[in-house]
Amino acid sequence: MTNSGAMGRRDDAPVREHEGTPIPARGDHERSAVSALSAARLMLARDLKLAFRKRSQLVQPLAFFAIVTTLFPLGVSPELTRLRPMAAGVVWAAALLSSLLALELLFRDDAQDGTLEQYALCGRSLTWLLAAKTAAHWLLTGLPLALMAPLAGLALGAPTAAVPGIVASVAVGTVALSLIGAIGAALTLGIRRSGALLSLLTLPLEIPVLIFGARATELAIDGRAYGAPLQLLAALAVLGLTLAPLAAAAAVRINLE
Amino acid sequence: MSDLCLKGENVHLWRGDHHVLRGVRFQVAGGECLQLTGANGAGKTTLLRTACGLAYPEGGEITWCGENIRKDMHAFHAQLAYLGHEPPLKAELTARENLCYWVGVRRDLEREELDGALERVGADDWADRPVRTLSAGQKRRAALAGLTLMRVPLWLLDEPTTNLDAEGQKLVGSLIDEHLRAGGVAIAAVHHGLAVSMASALKRMELTLD
Repeated sequence: MTNSGAMGRRDDAPVREHEGTPIPARGDHERSAVSALSAARLMLARDLKLAFRKRSQLVQPLAFFAIVTTLFPLGVSPELTRLRPMAAGVVWAAALLSSLLALELLFRDDAQDGTLEQYALCGRSLTWLLAAKTAAHWLLTGLPLALMAPLAGLALGAPTAAVPGIVASVAVGTVALSLIGAIGAALTLGIRRSGALLSLLTLPLEIPVLIFGARATELAIDGRAYGAPLQLLAALAVLGLTLAPLAAAAAVRINLE
Repeated sequence: MSDLCLKGENVHLWRGDHHVLRGVRFQVAGGECLQLTGANGAGKTTLLRTACGLAYPEGGEITWCGENIRKDMHAFHAQLAYLGHEPPLKAELTARENLCYWVGVRRDLEREELDGALERVGADDWADRPVRTLSAGQKRRAALAGLTLMRVPLWLLDEPTTNLDAEGQKLVGSLIDEHLRAGGVAIAAVHHGLAVSMASALKRMELTLD
């Protein structure tokens, strides 16, 4: 390796006065800089706009959820008395797999086109930016699943009174699923066809969410109090919210190297 | 701005068994541009990625304004713009939308500023078209508009003239000229020389293979 360019500061280099793009002094930089929260809001807006421009990706998890929950009665029995006991499990297994389906794309597109690298170099907290991306993922998959789950529940014999319980448990549970999934998506960023590895990494961590979520839904369908498992789900979501963006940011930085 | 200086001291980096950067030393001050040349695989991109903190050197140190860049990465990153091989643009968004989001996470962006930057790179006619419909050269021009909008003192450019026509290559030269006149620092990895008129500000470093 040769190095023919060692150099020092040239005394005649013109400074500041120029006709080109002004470079702010270091203090000005901080004044014109956007806050981490504003940057995260912008990232959220960007991801939502992108999702609505690529609608096929938007529809895919929902279509998967609808197909699985519709096929079950065909495969097991059309009798509601037989379907009702397994409704909670079916809804939750389908919701978990649907959420997983969209996870692979959470950071991959941005990593491939170089935009993720730019966000890592923007001087704002990558943790906040990835939290915003995860929030967008939940808004685009978790929330629609939560709104769709009662329909699947009703089709599987759940009473109408169970609708709030089903919506609440799937809504809170998918927050935890998105956050746990973000860690897996970040860890497998540099791997081609990472779907299988992503599932292997995230599924064990998502099992508690599945258990508490299915229990809350089951209690709601039976007309009993579902507060306790719902609170445990909320605790998992809060834990995920606290740790997952940090872990995802660290994993993304490693993968960008 | 006079204290701006990016300095690399004895930088070593391996990729597996391959010792890519072997004791690289460089120093670029405000108003100077370091032109990196070398064959494919010589380590130009690796050096740029190391200089911006994306790659971790196993040995040596890179300092910005006298401080190790790893001491406060956020502060260092807030002062640099890195343009890689591919323009970092989303295909589904327009060039204008891309710049709004890309630059917008760094600093508040006025519409007039954005229009001015797009006009400067000759993008005013196609700035509202989705990026997927643009040519490679147009994408590169849009990325250059983003570069100027960041208003940061340190530019790290990897093959900035790739896919550009003769006029576009001159544009890169003039943008770097303006940046240097403003007291900025630039490092550009190139295969062919940069069309920079401030020849006295241009320094050269050649990286070689084993």
